[in-house]
Amino acid sequence: MKREQVRATVLEVLSQIAPEADPATIDPGVNLRDQLDIDSMDFLNFLIALDKQLHIDIPERDYGQLGTLDACVDYLAARSTE
Amino acid sequence: MAEFVMPKLGADMSAGTLTAWRKQPGDTVHRGDIIAEVETEKGNIDVEVFADGVIEKILIVPSEKVPVGTVMALIRDDSAAQQTAAASRDTHELRPKLASPERPKIVTARRTEQPADRHLAISPSARRLARELGVDPATVKGTGHGGAITREDIEQAAKTATTAPPATAAPPVDRAARLRQTIAATMSRSKREIPHYYLSTTIDMHRALEWLGEQNASRPVAERVLYGALILKAVSLGLREVPALNATWQNNQVALIDSINVGVAISLRQGGLVAPALHDTDRLTLEELMRRMRDLVNRTRSGSLRSSEMSDATITVTNLGEQGVESVYAVIYPPQVAMVGVGKIVERPWCVDGQIVPRRVVNLTLAADHRVSDGHRGGVFLTAVDRLLQHPEKL
Repeated sequence: MKREQVRATVLEVLSQIAPEADPATIDPGVNLRDQLDIDSMDFLNFLIALDKQLHIDIPERDYGQLGTLDACVDYLAARSTE
Repeated sequence: MAEFVMPKLGADMSAGTLTAWRKQPGDTVHRGDIIAEVETEKGNIDVEVFADGVIEKILIVPSEKVPVGTVMALIRDDSAAQQTAAASRDTHELRPKLASPERPKIVTARRTEQPADRHLAISPSARRLARELGVDPATVKGTGHGGAITREDIEQAAKTATTAPPATAAPPVDRAARLRQTIAATMSRSKREIPHYYLSTTIDMHRALEWLGEQNASRPVAERVLYGALILKAVSLGLREVPALNATWQNNQVALIDSINVGVAISLRQGGLVAPALHDTDRLTLEELMRRMRDLVNRTRSGSLRSSEMSDATITVTNLGEQGVESVYAVIYPPQVAMVGVGKIVERPWCVDGQIVPRRVVNLTLAADHRVSDGHRGGVFLTAVDRLLQHPEKL
């Protein structure tokens, strides 16, 4: 899957988790949890939605690789080609 | 005939606005069914019925605001319902092509008549307060023992009188502001009336988190358990050992509660917070507790809570650790008598078997009502929670 498609999916899921946030204003290099005030339940919902849409089950040990929007896209784009 | 009344969805609630009926006269209902929607300061709540039967009559029309305890519908009991259903079937067999049976008419709200002022069940203190605040006690519905009017009822009536919009007007609803007012009233009452005491302990979470990580490694993402569920379960089992903290204080009396229903403080994205209950948390498996907690958080944030979730909490847990807070000194939700604050999980030097090792630890703080328990009982509770978290496989 292309990075652009992954990025669009991530932004779509984030807009469901934090509906008040404007996707256009998300800083791709800043921690998502801090930027969007996401708690652990939101983050779990985020991962579940990504799994549903991209069919990528992200193990707990990899959570640290999903800190920012750019990092999410990098990780998921790499996993989607496996 | 059972009465379906406007429920009290929290200590601070004095009235609610019916927004919709989910059932109509003639419909069969079962205990736990959602039959109405009510708007409160905390949002729209789905209201459950606690009787089996058939809706006999609806007494309140949508958009009407009524005091807590007002009868909103009458429900015929099951046996009568079955007889009527049988009779109805007979009738339909005889007259199958007739128009649908006429539904009972909706009539105006029937409220409990208040006796004359001299016969009102009201304490001298509440009567004095009513004079000070300019409230006519005869217009206030008592929520105390036997329908007695309490100081809180007078305060609520005064607040409602000053904040309620004119009956004919339909001003825009600023839900966030109303929720803030409700929180303000409840927390002010708590700090004014409840002699809080606080106890705190730091708990080694090494075993719990290692065990949880192993369990989650083999679970698909949708079935993973958060450490918050471990803490809720440990708190629930700790309450079995110290039931004095699983109680309410109302009308100068403590009432121990048999079931353990932990309220979970959930922040709303638009601001404010709600603390709905998870029922019987001491009896749930961790997986079931996690599933219900996730469902509760999602429904809270989407505005679809049930009435029992708003009224049944027997203690509340608030976790501010994710906001970077290490210790939480909570304000108890009346009429509850205790609240547990959970801080951030941090790595600290920890002494184990004479060696200093890095350990992930969490600070748990108990806020408790000194009218109901003493520090000794609170200490026993926190020690029990610590012990339980050292054996996560048994939770």
